[in-house]
Amino acid sequence: MSIHEQFADDLALYALGSLTSEERVMLEKHLEECPSCRRELEALRGDLSLLSLTTVGPRPPARAKQRLMAAIAAEPRLPKPLAAAGRSHSWWGTLGWAAAAAMVLLCIGLVRQNSSLSRDLALLRAQFGGQARELEQVNNTIRALSDPEIQPVILRTPNSAPQPQGKAFYRRRSRSLIFLVSSLPQLPPEKVYELWLFPTNGGAPIAAGLFKPDARGNATVVNPPLPEGIEAKNFAVTLEPESGPHEAPRGTLVIAGGGE
Amino acid sequence: MASADTNAMTSDLALVTAIRSGDQGAMAALYDRFSSIVYAVALRVLQDAGAAEDVLQDIFIQLWRNPGAFDSSRGNMAAWLAVIARNRAIDALRKRRPQDDIEDVIVSVETDLASETDRSRVMEKVRGALQAMPSPQRFALEMAYFEGLTHVEIAEKTGEPLGTVKTRIRTGLISLRKILAA
Repeated sequence: MSIHEQFADDLALYALGSLTSEERVMLEKHLEECPSCRRELEALRGDLSLLSLTTVGPRPPARAKQRLMAAIAAEPRLPKPLAAAGRSHSWWGTLGWAAAAAMVLLCIGLVRQNSSLSRDLALLRAQFGGQARELEQVNNTIRALSDPEIQPVILRTPNSAPQPQGKAFYRRRSRSLIFLVSSLPQLPPEKVYELWLFPTNGGAPIAAGLFKPDARGNATVVNPPLPEGIEAKNFAVTLEPESGPHEAPRGTLVIAGGGE
Repeated sequence: MASADTNAMTSDLALVTAIRSGDQGAMAALYDRFSSIVYAVALRVLQDAGAAEDVLQDIFIQLWRNPGAFDSSRGNMAAWLAVIARNRAIDALRKRRPQDDIEDVIVSVETDLASETDRSRVMEKVRGALQAMPSPQRFALEMAYFEGLTHVEIAEKTGEPLGTVKTRIRTGLISLRKILAA
């Protein structure tokens, strides 16, 4: 590969993010014009990725996945804006007026498109506002339910031991699921509870979230990632190894129940 | 490329395509496949489980928001995420704004990294290459990569001329490439 020797060392430092701002600007200017150096930069990044692969360590904690899935479930998916304008090109000089005329036509088209997009955006904003309000209401409910100052009272027949009890509120169309559970036994080491949805079509049970109860045995699972359009027949909680979610329930069944 | 690798590669792209259409299950599958690499790199750089988890979270959320940032022209997904994880972790370590946009990162790796087996094989080879490297070169490379030290800082720390440090870093990286190509 024929790269420019005067930039050879700097390319590696650029890939590492070590150059000063001035050096970066100078090199980026050169990279815009030099495909060989661009290819070498990509190859150096590849070499750096090999260094990354030498790292070994513990797997991320199970809660990290739950946190991510909850975050993406809560994040509305707005359509991407039109593709960003490309990088600057040098064809202006050669195409001259023809390019300018094409740009005028393009601009007219873009103005029309922009007006249509503005209407779409206004609509989406309105929808988003509604969803944000709904989410706030749900969050308020969850906050209230999980507030440590809340005093939960469960009424039972006298002298009966507290039994685990769960309630699942599932809406197939919006794939929303809120699951509240109380009086669960404390977890043994390296174990976690896992919620399962059993479809009415007899399909395999679907993992609906890992969770650990608080000191009082209470826990909440809110909107775990679920496939679309699944009708639920039953829900169940099992005791599983901490590294999850799992493909299928294998551990001890703790509670289960179906729709009424 | 072996067929298993091709399947793995196709599957990465298929997952990204599904994520583009808002498929949360595909996002979960992609996370299962690559979270260990991203987390291990971030943890090695930051030496702090909480901070590494934040980097992990940040990268996958960005991917969810902008799955188009990755396409096959950006290189192998494992390599691409590994580079982004390192860069984001260094940004976090230095408490600075991200230095590059994930859309601008293109990674070219000649070696197959699509499957777990490929990655393990490459890991062994690279480790061997690092062990075989002269110590000053290995230290310079590791300080630059995992500690995020600039060539100036490394030169100050080791008392070696700046030019020597710069060249060591580049030749060290290229020697990894050559060992894998051999």
